[in-house]
Amino acid sequence: MLEIKNLHVKLEEEDKVILKGVDLSVEAGSVHAIMGPNGSGKSTLSYVLSGREGYEVTDGTATLEGEDLLDLEPEERAALGLFLAFQYPVEIPGVGNMTFLRTAVNAQRKARGQEELSATDFLKDIRAKAKDLKIDADMLKRPVNVGFSGGEKKRNEILQMAMLEPKMCILDETDSGLDVDAMKLVADGVNALRSEGRSFLVITHYQRLLDHIKPDVVHIMADGRIVKTGGPELALEVENNGYADILAEVA
Amino acid sequence: MAQPMSKRAALKAAKQEAAVERLADVHIPQGAAWANAARDAAKARLVDMGMPARRDEYWKYTRPESLTTPEAEAATVLATGEAPIFDALDRLKIVFVDGVFSQAESDPLEMAGIEIERLESAASKDIHWAKDLYGVLEARGQSPVERPLAALNTALAADGIVIRVTGKAEKPVSLIYRHESEGSDAYLHHCIKLEEGADLTLLENGPAAARFNKVLEVDLADRAAFHHVRAQGRDHERRAATHIFARMGTESVFKSFTLTVNGRLTRNEAVIEMLGDDAVAHIAGAALGHGDFLHDDTVFITHDALNCESRQVFKKVLRSGAVGVFQGKILVKPGAQKTDGYQKSQSLLLDDDAQFLAKPELEIYADDVACSHGSTSGAIDDEALFYLRSRGVPTAEATDLLTLAFVAEAVDEIEDPRLAEEIIGRLEGWLLRRRQG
Ligand SMILES: Nc1ncnc2c1ncn2[C@@H]1O[C@H](COP(=O)(O)OP(=O)(O)OP(=O)(O)O)[C@@H](O)[C@H]1O
Ligand SMILES: [Mg+2]
Repeated sequence: MLEIKNLHVKLEEEDKVILKGVDLSVEAGSVHAIMGPNGSGKSTLSYVLSGREGYEVTDGTATLEGEDLLDLEPEERAALGLFLAFQYPVEIPGVGNMTFLRTAVNAQRKARGQEELSATDFLKDIRAKAKDLKIDADMLKRPVNVGFSGGEKKRNEILQMAMLEPKMCILDETDSGLDVDAMKLVADGVNALRSEGRSFLVITHYQRLLDHIKPDVVHIMADGRIVKTGGPELALEVENNGYADILAEVA
Repeated sequence: MAQPMSKRAALKAAKQEAAVERLADVHIPQGAAWANAARDAAKARLVDMGMPARRDEYWKYTRPESLTTPEAEAATVLATGEAPIFDALDRLKIVFVDGVFSQAESDPLEMAGIEIERLESAASKDIHWAKDLYGVLEARGQSPVERPLAALNTALAADGIVIRVTGKAEKPVSLIYRHESEGSDAYLHHCIKLEEGADLTLLENGPAAARFNKVLEVDLADRAAFHHVRAQGRDHERRAATHIFARMGTESVFKSFTLTVNGRLTRNEAVIEMLGDDAVAHIAGAALGHGDFLHDDTVFITHDALNCESRQVFKKVLRSGAVGVFQGKILVKPGAQKTDGYQKSQSLLLDDDAQFLAKPELEIYADDVACSHGSTSGAIDDEALFYLRSRGVPTAEATDLLTLAFVAEAVDEIEDPRLAEEIIGRLEGWLLRRRQG
């Protein structure tokens, strides 16, 4: 599904190298987790994959189902099926959440040569999915993320993911700021979407989310590289001992 | 020996001379004695003030020449016409073509709760309520700042609508301005008198003429309410100078919103006098333009009573050479305690080649008041743009969505949600056409 090879990224504006050769391969239908110390480059990786400006790829490749991602506009990557649940979802005053979602869903359908969703079908779909995530009608009407609590913002990301039905979902610390119940809701939302044709890359600091969303593979990222890859037990090791042992071992 | 004229006096003399010249060959309509007197007085006012000139402080950002010349410059009539607006509403339609009333296209001038007739007919009657209004608010509005184009209008306007509202008008009065002839130069003057507790909604739309000079005088008695929504037409080359003069009684409500898209030059002035306690005046506007486009909102609100609230919310979206101007003043007279004055004027610059010039002013002679003003210029928020694009919304569409969001605060000032919908529909249509080239 997602193939990243030797990815090197620096900041456009300054000579700061952040990703120093990332190799990562996520197979169709699988769930991979990335853990790693603050500042190791996890969010940067997710931004570079989704096409945010400000980064320069100096080496390496990234493909989604064989398509080169790095040459595409963010909207084209989205239409191919890439989705990023932001670590810090953006507030957009003046744009209603519902309008935003309908515009996004229809833009992607259009890009794929599908017909636009009718207003009634869209409403039916969003109401059902919002209900599962305990997002009320008021939150759908309000401007995107404006005045949402931290947890509400994260649930709103998952609602977007559920509506857009992407193939490759990257979740950047979607668990941070969530209470125990909300974490369960989000995990249920993710698990409901798990299927053979859909993969997940879950960035997290905590084992707790991985209790609910069982990863097939766990990677440790440090200083711009994947330094260790293992099974679910790797997350437990981090939870119990921190990163010191792992980093010492690979140094 | 005569003293050489000071530079200032020489400029004034030139302005006055220009006014005399401007009035030399024009046709001044004749009517009843009161109407003739009002027009003569306006002529005298204009000659005394002189025509606006480039050096005038009040015309610092907007060049007045094309509005003052005897001949209007031609403006192409957009072949595609405009998407309909306000069509779905039950309304009394009054159509002007190039500034001339069209009986054939207008509804009969009658409605429960109001007296309505053409200016032409009112001005030929010896006794008419309009004599207390026609040119009266305009004349009041000439101080402390002169507005010569409004005096020119009072002197020249032959057509317009006069409305006296005694109760709640049954439906909105909708003025539709069609532009048919490329060289048309139109002067319309409307007077609206709202008696105590009366209530009227006025709609206006259309490009009107190659050059349009319009004055609207609104007199609100105590507890009267006036709602005004206007969509200025999208002919690219048209020019307009419009004035609203409003005088407000106790607990009266005045709300006005204007949408402007395209047009080479638009100067919308509003002069609002709050004379009765507890009155509320909101004036808002959204203007969108690109290329050869200048939009000027010039507002003067006088608080001269207790506990009045005024709000100005103006948004401009500018690109490729477009210029936005805002001159907004709140004057709080001595004794106008508990005044709540709010002024916000913002521009969204879609590229580096657009300009926003703002001059917000507060002049306050009372001590117990809350007044604020803010003026900003900004670009599209990159974070928001990326967020939208990451969800699959292409850049152009995302930019439009953020543009709509930017002007939403002004559109929100429209109280009736159906009218707000009409305006949003018009905006979306315009953006879509722009996007599709
Ligand atoms: N635009 C930027 N300007 C300056 N520094 C940046 C920028 N983007 C990223 N960095 C730096 O790059 C490094 C990696 O940041 P990144 O956000 O990818 O880390 P992370 O692994 O997601 O950390 P966290 O676990 O705290 O979320 C950090 O040192 C960060 O300060
Ligand atoms: Mg991060």
